[in-house]
Amino acid sequence: MRTYAGHSSARESNELYRRNLAKGQTGLSVAFDLPTQTGYDPDHELARGEVGKVGVSIAHKGDMHALLDGIPLDEMNTSMTINATAAWLLALYMTVAEENGVDRRALQGTTQNDIIKEFLSRGTYAFPPEPSMRLIADMIAFTVDEVPKWNPINICSYHLQEAGATPVQEIAYALSTAVAVLDRVRPRVPEETFPRVFGRLSFFVNAGIRFVEEHAKLRAMGLLWEELGRERYGVEDPKLLRFRYGVQVNSLGLTEAQPENNIIRIVLEALAVTMGRDARARALQLPAWNEALGLPRPWDQQWSLRIQQILAFETDLLDYPDIFEGSKVMDGLVDELIEGARAEMAVVAERGGAVEAVPYMKTQLVESHRERVRRIEAGELKVVGQNVYTEHEPSPLQEGEDGGIMRVDAAVERSAIEAVGEWREGRDAAAADRALEELRAAAADEETNIMPATLAAARAGLTTGEWAAALRDVFGEYRAPTGVSDAAAAESDEELDDLRERVERVSESLGRRIKILVGKPGLDGHSNGAEQIAVRARDAGMDVVYEGIRLTPARIARTAVDEGVHVVGLSILSGSHAELIPTVLEELREAGADVPVVVGGIIPKADEEALLAAGVARVYTPKDFQVSRIMGDIVELVAQHHGAAAAA
Amino acid sequence: MQSTPDEIGRRLRERDRSAAPAALNLIEDRTPRGREATARLLAEVSPAALGGEAPAHLIGVTGPPGAGKSSLLSALVSVWRERGRTVAVLAVDPSSKRSGGALLGDRARIEHDPRDDGVLIRSTAAGGRLGGLAAATREAAEALAAAFDLVVVETVGVGQSETDVEEVCDTVVVVVQPQSGDVLQFLKAGIMEVPDVLVVTKADLGAPADRARRDLQQAVGAVGAGRVPVLAVSSLPPGSGVEELADAVDAHRAALDADQRRPRSRRMSALRELTAEHGERALRALGGRREAERLLAGQDPRTGTAELVALLERSIEA
Repeated sequence: MRTYAGHSSARESNELYRRNLAKGQTGLSVAFDLPTQTGYDPDHELARGEVGKVGVSIAHKGDMHALLDGIPLDEMNTSMTINATAAWLLALYMTVAEENGVDRRALQGTTQNDIIKEFLSRGTYAFPPEPSMRLIADMIAFTVDEVPKWNPINICSYHLQEAGATPVQEIAYALSTAVAVLDRVRPRVPEETFPRVFGRLSFFVNAGIRFVEEHAKLRAMGLLWEELGRERYGVEDPKLLRFRYGVQVNSLGLTEAQPENNIIRIVLEALAVTMGRDARARALQLPAWNEALGLPRPWDQQWSLRIQQILAFETDLLDYPDIFEGSKVMDGLVDELIEGARAEMAVVAERGGAVEAVPYMKTQLVESHRERVRRIEAGELKVVGQNVYTEHEPSPLQEGEDGGIMRVDAAVERSAIEAVGEWREGRDAAAADRALEELRAAAADEETNIMPATLAAARAGLTTGEWAAALRDVFGEYRAPTGVSDAAAAESDEELDDLRERVERVSESLGRRIKILVGKPGLDGHSNGAEQIAVRARDAGMDVVYEGIRLTPARIARTAVDEGVHVVGLSILSGSHAELIPTVLEELREAGADVPVVVGGIIPKADEEALLAAGVARVYTPKDFQVSRIMGDIVELVAQHHGAAAAA
Repeated sequence: MQSTPDEIGRRLRERDRSAAPAALNLIEDRTPRGREATARLLAEVSPAALGGEAPAHLIGVTGPPGAGKSSLLSALVSVWRERGRTVAVLAVDPSSKRSGGALLGDRARIEHDPRDDGVLIRSTAAGGRLGGLAAATREAAEALAAAFDLVVVETVGVGQSETDVEEVCDTVVVVVQPQSGDVLQFLKAGIMEVPDVLVVTKADLGAPADRARRDLQQAVGAVGAGRVPVLAVSSLPPGSGVEELADAVDAHRAALDADQRRPRSRRMSALRELTAEHGERALRALGGRREAERLLAGQDPRTGTAELVALLERSIEA
């Protein structure tokens, strides 16, 4: 039982962890900020506005010491949501243990470390696919003997569902990822060790609101996993064949409208992963009711923790053996999912496996997500409070001074920038240089395990940004496929036809086709929203410049001007809009671009007003679920702004 | 701050980079109003106004999808910038969708420093234009040639390009990846014209890239173009062959007589644009293609394409 937590500085997060442990939480789940997740120090240009935002900033072992201060590491189970830089953060964790006199063999916990889903959904990758897979393989090969209680990788189907995956896709792509990882590790460990490697793999699964089917999904995954272990890898020990998974229930289905209803959704989703003992989650993590509004406060997280405690201690949920044993309905559902997943796994295998099939899977997810969005827009998929039963009383939960969300002080970033500078000044420079050289050499040699050099770098006081920069030098930078180009054109319907006609009219009046730049400033990699906007804008007949994630404000302004766009659409979900959006506006003004800017994302009401005052033309939040309406709005905006004669 | 087309043209002639986006916006405007403005703009950067052919090197880069053109261009752009040369890239996207809309730049993100004024990237869709694309691309290249040292026109396809941009370019570079046998077959069968430089990407793969390079060298030799350089490059760090490619492109330009080639390509463009606009009937009205070519050949070699088209149109009416 734990809640995903961490924000601003290591010291503040440490206090939060201690409070949560005192309330009965039994482990830690560390959220890192985006610069830490993508391998940039707080003083890097791309880190601007992101430091301490969605999690804690950890730039070196000193920060890690502060984060874990007073927490007994040999007793703690620590889950770290870290992927591209997982090897580095584990090295920092191990270094802190070592310097506190704790044997690394006693360390327990999990590093998420699933890079495929970063390419597909979450976007916090740092290196190209091949070297990324090597880092994962190195970590697994290292920990299996050196840190034997550690789960070096937690393969995530969670984010696939957030990106729109159907249950079949979720099962198939997660298991295909596992196959890719296992195949990559196999030659790097002795044959007799390999079954233990198989046993160390764990999963991080999503549970959506269709909780009966979701329970079936978990049973299906367990059966397929065992089959895979036996048949493909020859694992025989039933303990090693067990499908071990943790859960964070669905955030995609949480609504901004009438957000108090989310608590009910969360309870039902929690049931999906706890109902039947044969497929019960090993660890459960519940989101807060107000995630669609902004960062949750400690009180919101406490509420989620209490759900788990009530389920576990008040209900009779845990009193029985598997309650679905012999159920025809459940077995039928499970069989159907297994069959579908097998077929989809075969498609991925045909394309050369999960790494090679990233573009294919990405396109499939973009399509599935589009279908979901379409069904909600059309009212086929009912979401209470959003597209049905929308009338409501004012919510007392959102009346507090903070508007019902938590805010991170901007001073956090300033002090982190100063602190990392001081840290670099204060360390033994010669030792740091030596460690950096060794790291480069290890990275350049495919046969060498990266972990020992990474540990040496952590001990020598290198920073997160330095570690990642050295690896970027050797491995190169990478940009994941967006999936939007290959997304099929939308089926024609009345609304779309009408929209197309308006786009044509305004385009003719402008003399050239409406051109829109869709971009994601900052480090936030959650690109689903931006992708849906890009695809729909194309379907509506616009020329769309979509440059994907991780754009600096300067880059956005330059592209807007050079590409001659009529409107700029920015998407941001990391909570850094207050810093980044005004910077983009400023850069645009400096570049002499006279284009309206629209913004979409998780943006609290108060911030919305500030953004509009700063010069943003429109702000869209999750309650604006009708993409067609947003498009119509944009067409009108372009017509007005550029004085197109034909009013939209 | 709205500038007149003449002013924009003048600023380009003075190598003012900040005029380029506005120029491209005008050129893409295919309404009568836009055409008229474009004609005035182009008159300011025509060889007559410049006092000779634009000094820029016009380079066409083409190849099948997935050949690695964007990564290669990212690497090339940085080599060119290190050599102190300014670069404009016109990326022509092949997408042509029922809706008329297109996703641009998605596959073709060329990495560069956004604060560097020596680089400009512009993408356009080939499909569903409100007018001919070839003309717009040609005009864009002509306009940018006044303000940049290098103008790259990037297109997708092999051999039979839909855009005919090659005729505008001084140097045509075809980019293929090792596994693509098509190009080899096209070359052997004579379906594809031999480019000025052939590039095999993904040299980091080692043997397959090397084999592909040798096969292609042999194929161009077999059709009597053995002098055409065939290079293997890798855009992955540490990278290889990119400097050599930049050198090969330069060498081709150095050996080229631009005063000969460009007027000829403008005459070809004028004829093609005339028939695209008015059909084959226009050619017959001029007494056939040969007669039209003769008419064009008699003009001052510094006459711009748009003026040549206008001249042909006047001759039809007369």
